[in-house]
Amino acid sequence: MIISIASGKGGTGKTLVATSLAISISNDEKVQLLDCDVEEPNDHLFLRPVITATEPVCIPVPRVDYAKCTFCGECARVCAYKAIAVVPKSVLIFDQLCHGCGACSYLCPEDAMSEEARAMGVVECGHANAIEFVQGRLTVGEAMAVPVIRQVKQKIKRSMTAILDVSPGTSCPVVQAVMETDYCLLVTEPTPFGLHDLELAVETVRQLGIPAGVVINRAVDGETTVHEYCEREGIPVLLEIPLDREIAHLYSKGVTLAEGRPQWQKEFTSVYEKIKGALRERSSCSQR
Amino acid sequence: MKEVVVLSGKGGTGKTSITGCFAALASSKVLADCDVDAADLHLLLNPVNKQEEEFWSGQVAYIYDATCTQCGLCQEICRFDAIHDFKVVDSSCEGCGFCARICPANAISMQNNMAGHWYISETKYGPLVHARLGIAQENSGKLVALVRQQARKMAIEKEYSTIITDGPPGIGCPVISSLSGADLALLVTEPTVSGLHDLERIIDVCRHFKVPATVCINKFDINEEKASQIERHCSGNDIVVSGKIPFDIAVNGAVAHGVPVIEYDNGSAASAINNLWDHVKQLLSHN
Repeated sequence: MIISIASGKGGTGKTLVATSLAISISNDEKVQLLDCDVEEPNDHLFLRPVITATEPVCIPVPRVDYAKCTFCGECARVCAYKAIAVVPKSVLIFDQLCHGCGACSYLCPEDAMSEEARAMGVVECGHANAIEFVQGRLTVGEAMAVPVIRQVKQKIKRSMTAILDVSPGTSCPVVQAVMETDYCLLVTEPTPFGLHDLELAVETVRQLGIPAGVVINRAVDGETTVHEYCEREGIPVLLEIPLDREIAHLYSKGVTLAEGRPQWQKEFTSVYEKIKGALRERSSCSQR
Repeated sequence: MKEVVVLSGKGGTGKTSITGCFAALASSKVLADCDVDAADLHLLLNPVNKQEEEFWSGQVAYIYDATCTQCGLCQEICRFDAIHDFKVVDSSCEGCGFCARICPANAISMQNNMAGHWYISETKYGPLVHARLGIAQENSGKLVALVRQQARKMAIEKEYSTIITDGPPGIGCPVISSLSGADLALLVTEPTVSGLHDLERIIDVCRHFKVPATVCINKFDINEEKASQIERHCSGNDIVVSGKIPFDIAVNGAVAHGVPVIEYDNGSAASAINNLWDHVKQLLSHN
């Protein structure tokens, strides 16, 4: 099973939920935690994994063989990203704009273009106690997170329970991470910002056809707007974590809730059971 | 005219709450919300839309069933794994057009993509340029660039002295687009392990793009030891800490009421943000 943890708004507690969920269920299940927030990966700060393998994330960028190039300009014409400019006697290639689609080298009439791997991030694998750990890390100054996320997701093992920590927002990096997961846990906070961005996140998962449940972090007694929204939309609230300075302090030190307050492990295990239940129900519905 | 962009690396550190206050404090300004996929600034500024425009950007491949011979070449050459069973997965298609060019049956066309909307609005504090990227859309960087360009245009036309930009979280495409060419980046962090880690990365991004940066530690008293560690990191990198804001539940109250906290009460956070703005204003005039 693959569970993604997303949020819309940043800083609502995705990392807290992802790490504590992974720890709590690792007593009974084989768990893989994959940090897909490759711009700002944080799970490692809490799990302190031993990294055993690092591989670069590369995209193929074009290189010109000037012995063959006739400066016809076809490569620049086919490039949808304006990453190539052909000037008299030179072909300028802007690596940072290149998405690595391969059209230019394939379509070059003189066969004068080859491709060279350009690293723009890394994927690191290792383990933290019983948890298998994978994280992507976009190199500072690079714009494209998606290729790194794609490579992180290639490490998913279907034989395990995979938990994916996703970046905030609703645009391409989020969709890339959440797509093809079995369930999406949306972490929010009971503020107008939290609710507004939760609505966007719900729209995103619906578009992808992925079932979702909500975790309300920093919950305050009597603040019911998120509950009301979830009820209206038919989305279950699976867990509430109270607004609590002690919990905030634990987080600030890099201690997971599941370890700093072990009584929370059964809460996270019960979230996992509820997700399994929801997916069972869904598959029996679709079989009927 | 000077532009300050509020960034953070880590999400949820308080960018929007602080930008909202700056909106109320600055005298002659245009506001720009560059968090185009989860924009929240409007929830504090209650804008009235004056102008709404479509944002067309990039293309998506479309396969005509009737002409497709199912030869499979497109699936083979697509580097983005965006064609499955002779259908394009829109959210994976990066619009390169390679498939359309090589399809032997000419069954693929590239279609323009409406990726979102952008708006010019009026708020009680001044004009606001903001946008909404469509769900699952690419090219957030281009939409951010458009928002900034419109804000700049308006500032020049109407002779506003400052542009205050609320940025997105992260360090990738929309962040780079929000940052490049700005006069100052205010980096909002929090005293947590992830706050510091993400701050280190966004500081490196600012350095990479040669934009001067200053730091604000929000909720510094949640963990004062971590806050001092952040201060040490900043001084080691020649970055001034322009403000430290205490944890103050009034900030939540202000968000719940849809107003900037400095207009909500005059408690500890409000007064710290006042001082922060004075400091930022000074830095802006020197840069």
